[in-house]
Amino acid sequence: MIRALQNLGARGIETVWRLGAMGRFFVLILTHSSMSFRRLSLTIREIYFSGVMSLVIIMVSGLFVGMVLGLQGYETLQKYGAEETMGVLVALSLVRELGPVVAGLLFASRAGSAITAEIGLMKATEQLKAMDMMAVDPIARVVAPRFWAGVVSLPLLAVMFSAAGIFGGYIVAVAYVGTDPGVFWSNMQAAVDFRYDIWNGIIKSIAFGFAVSIIATYEGFNAVSTAEGVSRATTRTVVTSALTILAIDLVLTAFMLRGA
Amino acid sequence: MNPSNQTTPSDNPNFVDIDNVDFAYGKRPILKGISLKVPKGKVVAIMGGSGCGKTTLLQLIGGQLRPASGRVSVNGQDLAKLERDALYAMRRKMGMLFQFGALFTDMTVFDNIAFQLREHSDLPDEMIRDLVLMKLNAVGLRGTASLFPSELSGGMARRVALARAVALDPELIMYDEPFAGLDPISLAVVGKTIRRLNDALGATSIVVTHDIMESLLIVDYLYFISEGRIVGHGTPDEIRASTEPYIKQFVHADLDGPVPFHYPAKNYADDLEIVLPAKNGHELQAAS
Repeated sequence: MIRALQNLGARGIETVWRLGAMGRFFVLILTHSSMSFRRLSLTIREIYFSGVMSLVIIMVSGLFVGMVLGLQGYETLQKYGAEETMGVLVALSLVRELGPVVAGLLFASRAGSAITAEIGLMKATEQLKAMDMMAVDPIARVVAPRFWAGVVSLPLLAVMFSAAGIFGGYIVAVAYVGTDPGVFWSNMQAAVDFRYDIWNGIIKSIAFGFAVSIIATYEGFNAVSTAEGVSRATTRTVVTSALTILAIDLVLTAFMLRGA
Repeated sequence: MNPSNQTTPSDNPNFVDIDNVDFAYGKRPILKGISLKVPKGKVVAIMGGSGCGKTTLLQLIGGQLRPASGRVSVNGQDLAKLERDALYAMRRKMGMLFQFGALFTDMTVFDNIAFQLREHSDLPDEMIRDLVLMKLNAVGLRGTASLFPSELSGGMARRVALARAVALDPELIMYDEPFAGLDPISLAVVGKTIRRLNDALGATSIVVTHDIMESLLIVDYLYFISEGRIVGHGTPDEIRASTEPYIKQFVHADLDGPVPFHYPAKNYADDLEIVLPAKNGHELQAAS
């Protein structure tokens, strides 16, 4: 019993310590970010790897999620004779919640893990040390461009996810269920508010972008310099990012609903 | 130990001066009161068995580690007193060859060599191209410019790393185990290149290695480290003639000598939990 409490305490201390270390790392990135903006090509290159290369998985997932939402929505809505509000259901679910959250989870799995593995391997093979010896700061040259690329990419990917999802919902509603396309779009337009729905969704995805990018770069930069260390860091990035995204989502949703 | 045809560190102003340096990783001491000098323009080898603190010493000279006590000065400047910007300015005058090359794997050979030139200068692309090709030509690998590090053999990668280390014509070049894992031909090529580059650039070189034979051919002076202390030093001729037990053991690769084969451990019989037979017929219990 005492040992269990000790373990709990140790884990608590470690979590707080890691949060503090990540906070310091975040400040370090901010103070070393000038190169990322001065030499935009560095950041754009990373946006390509993190954002553009994630586009296929995001779009295809969005399409499927939207179609499933349409099917599930139809199943329930038809009982109340409200099939024509399917567009509203799909759009609100996607732009408020599923777009930012699922895109964030997919981004953490695809791009976050890649960032951690890349930085971790650079560390393990002494490339970061070599860069430092060449008087080039690895935080400014390697970490900050990847961080800002994640921050920029995720909100855009979340928007693409929602767009693909709405298109998936449209296919189900119009082609499968037979809803009138005009009704589908006009109901959606009437119900979705730019400020409270779309903008709040974008704010969420920006917050997720910051969170995933900090976690991915921190874990990579602090990975133990062995194959096992890099593998553990990559796993930690995906797990920590997923939990952080869901926790932030809960907090932001609570604030946003109260604000509305 | 000073033959007239060789120069010792005391003859020249020193580019690197390490004075009574202690260093430990946590509670594990690595270097204990090390003092050594590297004169300008010379190639100095730091030798010793694996894990004796040679690489740590290079990291101290590069300012990547700070000593627990003592002083490390490069070109007359105490590294511990330098701010980050000043330290980076100092590092621009240093080149370092890492043990495993540490080439940037996402860049071609050309981009690896051009990296520092692009980061630290505003030279036009044409000039950078010419400089990179000259450096690659110096190590005999101009034809590999468009290849990626993964497409090179170990020896070639080491030579590319060598070209990268001297990309900015540094005043101090540090080599961490440049001969490890090389075939005899690559080893001789790398050894000759180290000497040639040092003389051509008018630089100062520190070679951390445990390859005694190659070192004796190319360096001006050698230091031997064991268990964190300097246990011997001298010119190649002095080292060859030395009767110091440690140096003798190292030069002749003897099994017997002051360098133990075994890492410190408890009694072998105790570890195996066996009972040794005594000479008088009684069994003798292994001492606990």
